Amino acid sequence: MSSRTLMALALRGYVVVFFAYLFLPLAIMAAATFNDSRFPTVTPWDGTTLRWFGELAADGAMWQALGNSLLVAAGVLLLAVPIGIATALFLNSVSSRAKPFLYALILSPLLTPGVIIGISTLIFWRQWGVGGGVFLTVLGQATFIAAYVMLMVTARLQRFDRTLERAALDLGASPWQAFRRILLPFLKPAILSAAVIAFLQSFENYNTTLFVVGYDTTLTVYIASKVRTGLTPAVNALGLILILVTVLLAVAYEVKRRREAVAPPR
Amino acid sequence: MLRQLSARFGGPLAAAILVLLGIWLIVMVTLPQLQMIDYSLRPNLLPDQRGGLEDGWTLANYATLFANDIHRTIFFKTLWSSVLVTLLTLAVSYPLAWYLAKVATPRQAALCILLLIIPFWINEILRTYSWFIILAFRGPLNEVLMMLGLIDRPIRFLSGDAGVMVGMVYAYILFMVFPVYNAIESLDDNQVRAARDLGAGTLRTHRRIVIPHAKPGIATGCIMTFMLAAGSYAVPALLGSPGSRWFTQIIYNWFFEGGNWNQGAAYAFLLLVLCIGFMSLVMRIFRVGLGDIAK
Repeated sequence: MSSRTLMALALRGYVVVFFAYLFLPLAIMAAATFNDSRFPTVTPWDGTTLRWFGELAADGAMWQALGNSLLVAAGVLLLAVPIGIATALFLNSVSSRAKPFLYALILSPLLTPGVIIGISTLIFWRQWGVGGGVFLTVLGQATFIAAYVMLMVTARLQRFDRTLERAALDLGASPWQAFRRILLPFLKPAILSAAVIAFLQSFENYNTTLFVVGYDTTLTVYIASKVRTGLTPAVNALGLILILVTVLLAVAYEVKRRREAVAPPR
Repeated sequence: MLRQLSARFGGPLAAAILVLLGIWLIVMVTLPQLQMIDYSLRPNLLPDQRGGLEDGWTLANYATLFANDIHRTIFFKTLWSSVLVTLLTLAVSYPLAWYLAKVATPRQAALCILLLIIPFWINEILRTYSWFIILAFRGPLNEVLMMLGLIDRPIRFLSGDAGVMVGMVYAYILFMVFPVYNAIESLDDNQVRAARDLGAGTLRTHRRIVIPHAKPGIATGCIMTFMLAAGSYAVPALLGSPGSRWFTQIIYNWFFEGGNWNQGAAYAFLLLVLCIGFMSLVMRIFRVGLGDIAK
């Protein structure tokens, strides 16, 4: 066997190990949900049970945290998606000497640790008497999620044929009509994808949220506090449900994205 | 700028675009950061002392870090551990990125990417929590090691920095895999073939052809991973112990236990400086610009 074939085999083996490493922890966490043990583990196996799902459903704090998470995510969508679209349109239309500086500023929330975005938001709003809670969480999260939306919309905007827009204007459309009837429909898939990503980013955020959430609780904050105090396999039941929802969403999103990639852009 | 915008979108829409951009960049991004820096430069005073004699700019909050041995040690530990996490993540991700970009058939690559995206979409907290179960004192890892006869007694994985770093590599690996994969993918296959035909071995091909081409991706992955690791609160909070605190935990304590926001703001700003410093260093070493990073 030549050394090159050996290398190729080793690489394949590595890929298998890598995916095992990626999924085994999640599988173990999921399995621990069904273990009839007071503490979440798979060793020893004390019998199979479904009771942790029941305990989870009976936990009022969990439902409250879920409600807050959905509320925050809705707020983030309303704020970050329009900002992200506006920024992408701005960068696509304007040429100015200030642009490199503005571009750096626009990207900065992506390169700033989440805790710092949370801290600066918390400090800034204190002078107006606004303390931590759902409102500040929306503001803090939207600060960096808007940048993700901008990147996704920009990627599609770069493939836009601006002669279409000019043709519409030459044929007597108003700028608003050209935007509404030509550009917006073209951007729609990217905007929808960005909204899905924004929702998930918000829903799973912890580092920024922790600093701005105040006495309210989101689902991630709830899970983290459960792990440190009062850990039971009910946390695993919640984890398993979230994983299943995520997998469904991820697969649906990917399928949709690939279909669009195959279909030529209109 | 307004002229260019309104020529394309009309006055009202152009105004709306500028208002949204302004709210974001000024009210949400810039002013809070400036306010944080201002806070970090002021002493922690009671409300009725504000504007009084003691109120003024000072570097005292920054001096605390250098006067406090424990905090200074944790600061530098966070720095080195994050560098180590970054290098480990790069080492683990590179072969996979290479496989996805150049070895796998398109069908295999598509499947692998879907498989990569799924855990990526799952909560950071849950991904970390899964390691909490694995590394537990009576958890599966200890059981397996004992069954194999490699250890006699269970090991306390959750009481040192090693557990935190393992959890971080796991949590942030995909921020490395994707940029490196994207960069390698754009390499022309003929270059690799030419290198081989001219007699270069596997290592040499990577060192001279693939890695130089993948530089922007490697730089992006390293910057993101370092930033996430140094700024992580979730992973050390779940997998660490009081003996293995992370700098973010010190910051958190200043805010919510010490009640000294000014001191906390100074530490937060130092963390930001650390991340910006690392980013500039990487961008200089790899000779890449900000435009390459956002790709």
